Formats: sequence, C-alpha cells, structure tokens
Amino acid sequence: MSVDLTQFHQVFFEESNEGLDVMESALLDLDPEALDSERIDEIFRAAHSIKGGSGTFGFQQIADFTHVVETLLDLIRSDQFNMQSCHVDLFLRSVDCLRTMINQLEAGEECETELSTQIKAEFDAILSGDGESMETGGDDGGGDIPPNSDSSGGGAQGWQIYFRPSQDILRTGNEPVRMFRELSELGEIDVTADTSTVPSFAKLDPESCYLAWNITLFSDVDKAKVEEVFEWVVDESELTIEPISIPSESGSSEAGVEQLSAEDSAAPIIPNTAPTPADTASTVENANQTVAAAKAEQKAKRESSKPESASIRVGTDKVDSLINMVGELVITQSMLGELGKNFTIDKLPRLMEGLEQLNNHTRELQESVMRIRMLPISFAFSRFPRLVHDTSKQLGKNVELELLGEQTELDKTVMERIGDPLVHLVRNSLDHGIELPEARLAAGKTEMGKITLNAFHQGGNIVIQIIDDGSGLNKDRILEKAIENGLVKQGENLSDDQIHDLIFKAGFSTAAEITDISGRGVGMDVVRRNIQELNGSVEVESEAGKGSTFTIRLPLTLAILDGQLIRVGSDVFIFPLVSIVESIQSYDQMIHRVSSGCEVLRLRDEYVPIVRLWDIFSLKPDSEKLEDGLLVVVEGDNMKIAVLVDDLLAQQQVVIKSLQENYRSVEGISGATILGDGTVSLILDMGGLIKLSGVSKDDYKQVVSDEDIEAA
Amino acid sequence: MATILAVDDSASMRQMVSFTLKGAGFDVIEAGDGQEALEKAKGASVDLVLSDVNMPVMDGIELVKNLRTLPDYKFTPILMLTTESAGDKKSEGKEAGATGWLVKPFNPDQLLATINKVMG
Repeated sequence: MSVDLTQFHQVFFEESNEGLDVMESALLDLDPEALDSERIDEIFRAAHSIKGGSGTFGFQQIADFTHVVETLLDLIRSDQFNMQSCHVDLFLRSVDCLRTMINQLEAGEECETELSTQIKAEFDAILSGDGESMETGGDDGGGDIPPNSDSSGGGAQGWQIYFRPSQDILRTGNEPVRMFRELSELGEIDVTADTSTVPSFAKLDPESCYLAWNITLFSDVDKAKVEEVFEWVVDESELTIEPISIPSESGSSEAGVEQLSAEDSAAPIIPNTAPTPADTASTVENANQTVAAAKAEQKAKRESSKPESASIRVGTDKVDSLINMVGELVITQSMLGELGKNFTIDKLPRLMEGLEQLNNHTRELQESVMRIRMLPISFAFSRFPRLVHDTSKQLGKNVELELLGEQTELDKTVMERIGDPLVHLVRNSLDHGIELPEARLAAGKTEMGKITLNAFHQGGNIVIQIIDDGSGLNKDRILEKAIENGLVKQGENLSDDQIHDLIFKAGFSTAAEITDISGRGVGMDVVRRNIQELNGSVEVESEAGKGSTFTIRLPLTLAILDGQLIRVGSDVFIFPLVSIVESIQSYDQMIHRVSSGCEVLRLRDEYVPIVRLWDIFSLKPDSEKLEDGLLVVVEGDNMKIAVLVDDLLAQQQVVIKSLQENYRSVEGISGATILGDGTVSLILDMGGLIKLSGVSKDDYKQVVSDEDIEAA
Repeated sequence: MATILAVDDSASMRQMVSFTLKGAGFDVIEAGDGQEALEKAKGASVDLVLSDVNMPVMDGIELVKNLRTLPDYKFTPILMLTTESAGDKKSEGKEAGATGWLVKPFNPDQLLATINKVMG
C-alpha cells in the first residue's frame, strides 16, 4: 500500500510553526538561574514533535537540525547540562533558523542554509564538549547507519530457538502464538511446548504464562530476522537462538559454511543486554528511501513552483455549528418549496413564517461563516515577547511586556495586515517611549519599563492599545519640528491632542532621532495610512513623564457592516451602526446658535455641532428645517456631530463593495452596497464627513465657552 | 472490523497514522493526548492502541499504566511510537505494560508491518 505523504505536509508545516511559537515564548519566559522544569519539558516536547514529524515526512535536514537541539534540551532536562543565558540565545536563534527552513520547505525550496549548518555546528561543539553522555544520543537518527555486521552475517540453514517468556508476558499484550505465526512466515517451523514448569491447578494463575517452547525454524534467514520477532520481549525472556546445520542436500557453498562457523563462534546466545541494531538499520534505510522519494517530489513541485494556498485552522465547534445551520436552512428551503408548488392565499401566514425563518437562518449562517475567519489576536501578539526581548537588549533598556485580551478575536485578513503597524508602534514605544534605566531612576520610576498590549471588543470594533509608561510625547519638540517642516504656522494655536496628532502627519520626521530600531524609513503616517486602509483609526494620548497610549480601532471584519439606512430626499445612505450614538427629534430649545455662526445641539451636558447632509452632498431634502428632520448623533475621529436627515429607515447588514475599485475614492464615503431592491447605496465615513463639514473640535470648545458666558 | 486507538499530540502524525490505517481497513479513533485517549478508550472497544510517548497533559507511559488498570485493556496490545532509541523510554514503556514499540520516523509500510505483527 502506498500512501502519499505529501498530503500531510501542510499540517506538518502549520503545527511545526505553532511548535516553534511555543518554544519561543517558553524560551523567553525561561530564567536560566532558576530553571522551570515544566517550561523545559514544553520546549523539549515541541522540538521532539518537529523532529519526529520531519523524519516521518522526509525532511531530513530539519530532523538532523532538531536532533541536536533536542539532544541538548534532553541533557538540560535531566540536569546533565548547566544552561546559561547564552544557550537561551542559541535556542532562540535555532528557532528562527528552523522557522526559515520550514518556510523554505513550504515554498518548495532546499532548506539547508549556511546559518543552519553554523548553528548546528555550535550545538555539536557544546554537545561534544559535554563528553560521554552525548555518545549514546549522538548516533541515532542522525543519519548514521549503525554497523550491521550482525544482520548480514546470517545465512544459516536453520535455527534452533529456545524461548521461555516471563510469566507476565500476557499482561503486556504480547502473545507467543503471534510470534510463532510471524516465525512461520520466515519458513517452516516445528514447535514443541515445554510444560515442565506448569504448576498444579490449584496454584495456577490463569493470567500467567508458564510455558516454554523449543522451536526449530527451517530457513536461511538472517539471525537478525529471527531476533526481530522477539524484539519486544527479549529483555524479559530467556531466549537462545542457535544455528543448526542440516546435512547439505543442495550442496551449500563453502562460503556459507564459513559464515556459519563464524556466527557460531561469535555469539551462540543472544546477550540479553545488547540492543539489536538490525531494526534501527532497516528503519534508517527505509527512511532514506522516503527522503529520496520526497526529494524527487520536491523537485517536481519546485518546477511548478507556486506557494501553497493559505489555509486556516478552524475549531470543530465552529464547523459543527455551521453544518447544523446549513441543515436548518435546507429544511426551511424545502418547506418553502413545498408551499410554492401549490400556493393558495390562505397559506400566506405560513409563507410569511417560512420567510422569517429563512431570514434568521441566513443571518445566523452569515455570522457563523464570519466566525470561521476570526482568530484570537494572540496570533498577532505572539511575536512581541521576542521582539521586546531582543530590542530592549539592543537598546540597553529594561522592559517588561504585558499582554492583555489575547483571546479577543478578529478577522484573519485584518490580523495579517495589522501586524506591521503594530510592530512599528511597539518599536516606537521601546525606542522613544521607554527611557534608559538611569533616566527612569532619576525620574523616580522603577528601572523596569513596561509596555502593555491590550485588545478588547467595543461595539463592532476591536480596539488594540499599545501603552507604555515612558516619558510621553515631547510636545515642544513636536511643535518645533512641525513648524520647521511647514506643517504648522508659527503662532498657530493648537490643542494638546492636535499637537500629538502631528506625529501621524506625512512629512513629519524627527530625522535627528532616527535609530536602527524605529527609523526604518517608515513613519507614523504610514502606520496611520495602513490602519485607515482597514477602515480603522489610530490615536495617541500622552502625558509628559507618565507615558503614551496608542489606540487602534479596527472593524472586526472587512466584508460586512451593520448599517443604519437613512434617507435624504430621494437618496438612501448608510451609517455604520457602530458610529451612531443616538438619534433624536430636535426641538428648538435644544438648538443653540452661537457667535461663530454654527449651530450646536445641546445633548445633556455636551454640545454637538450640527451638520446638514443635504448641504454637504448638494441634495434636495424634504425640508430644510431642523425641526422637520431627525438628528443622528454620530461619533468619528474622536468627536461627535449631529447629522440632519429626513428619515431613518431599516437597520440591516450590508456587504461592503469598494468604491475605490469600482469607481474612485470619494471623501466622506467609505464604500457602497447594493440594497435588496437592487439600488446602490453609499456608506458614509464619519471621519471624512466631519472633515467635509468643516467643524472641528476647537469650534465646539469655543461654543462651550460661549455658552458658559451666556449662562453666566 | 478491528478498531485502533491512535494517540499523538502532533496532528500531522495522527493524520498520517489514521489515514494509513483506514486505508488498510481498520477503524480508527484519534486522540491528542493520554487523557483524551483514556476517556475515549473507556467508551469503546479497542483492539490495539498506538501511542506517542511525549505528549502534554498525560504522556504515553502514564496512558499505558492507566489502561492496564482497566479490565477491558488488561491484554490489549499497546504499541509505543517512540523516537528514543536510547532505550530508556522503551524499557519504561515495557515496565508500564506496553506490548512493544515502533521507532519514529517510520513510513506507512513499516507501520502496517508492525500492526500485522500483533493483529490478525
């Protein structure tokens, strides 16, 4: 039977990568001073699995490489080797190296690199320096074929075997009859049982074995073949295997006789202690064949070199609920089909009911399908312990990393695309945020800085925060730079938030501060642009001396949006439901007209600027009067506005179609969708709308102060 | 049809073993660690257990010890899938009550050959 092993490769790659992540995070947690044996076990197990899998699937280079890693880990595990922090680094480097090798294999490339050879040599040096305890581990699985003189030295015409198993043999699931059957496959056998040691019936334990056997095997097989049959029980059994000479009927060659006698004088009785190398030899041999086959296959694959399609691992519960839902949907569909076949008007209530069910099932199905693409953010967070460890070391800083909300789920695509901006922000916090230990002490803080990555859901968004307890943004420096770069005019009056926000502006570069860490040619403006491309936003709050908090808001998914349909005149628009704070009918006493000429809505303790949608998009509304319409209070870009619309229609989930791909990007519009009746409706973008309306936070601060004066 | 309980924390190994065995006509129950295997074994009639040694939660050695305390598994063949050729794991497994072992890496043919040794 031939099994195509390549079908398991993808799973192997994925689980190896997961294993490497486990190794990495456990290594980072490891304190060489006080080794945590559970951690070491965890690392060992991961390495061990990779080695086992790579050997099985024919990735010999990976197997060889992990072998040395595993061997050293095993020595550490059994307290035979004293681990130091330089070894942690070596292990970390080998994790990186393995990751590269696996990626190369995945892409169908040869995976041995200079780096892998060099790291392996480092391990070998450590291991050989350790002396004798290595010797036993060094030659298994490493590709060396043990001397197989024993297995080739056979060639007797028959074997006389005496086998007395331990009385417990049955309790280990071994069964002498099976061994005899196996022997009989090698040649004709003659078995006689030795019943001399069977006790009297009263003393007999039915679960024990009291028998011994004399077996004559008429076959010219190697002794090793015979030994293999008893491989599992040889240690506990009394076993002798002696060659027998049968009178030479077919004229056996001299060589055969010579071999026989050599064998005879060498070891007529199997020493019970020696492991039989025969099975190892055959295993290695077979493995080598597998490698050769796999190599040929790899070569074939490389010719049509296409990266394998990305896959996703989904919990069975998610798939089960999906299947369940599809089942329900099928039932509803057949019910509706039945109804439609001979429909009469009296069946209308049932039809309505059926349609309602269809509606529910479709929505549930959609939610389940979306859930499949959701992964915990720990996938994006997992690289940071290492990054913080390495970077802080490089900078000579002491930094502790805290991860919160790792189980918060978000869309796989969003996750993949948020990785780089996150790295940039964390690097930035490490480099510019956290101070050097001396500076921290001088400022009365602990020597150890702290960076917190926090993720949580808020409405339909996922919020990711990068919080550091460093020095905070230097407002004066930023302002100075901004003026220098012409982003801000001299003497312009900016709020703290506006100053902080300047770091995200294109063209704002603090060139003097570019370092190896954060100055990689990517500015904060790119970070913001990347996040905005995902329909997200990024803001910074900072307090001098206390630290900074970067807050990223992202939609959970890019494909679907919970929308509120609104109408202005004959046009229907969609507000993302998450951006709506509330909708109200306006009364005259709630509207305040202030000195700067704009109108604000007094919403309890807040003052919210009013924006007329018809005005912005040049539409013809039902009525231009405030009191005839409805005010939808929405939030975006860290401020609220009240948008005047004619009517609120239904709430529904809409599938987002890109306006940019199908037309071009339009300010104030984030996309479009097709409604149930086939018309196209535009989805409003709050940030853009605020910009278009020309209101700014300062205006409404101004308003508030005016109000206060009025009130006084 | 004979049923085999295949225990390995590595999904790729489990899939490979399971695929090979199913192809050879066996029923296969899969488990990702010793604890899961023990629970699944209790509710099923298993003719052979194939278990990895190094696993989280409960390792292969513990699994064998536990299985042997169950009346239904007193004589059931249990094979350890082990990479430790140094031997200590093999003898540890034997002491715990394992029937035999198969050394990783192995290919599907070797797996079936070993299974044939104890089944049929």
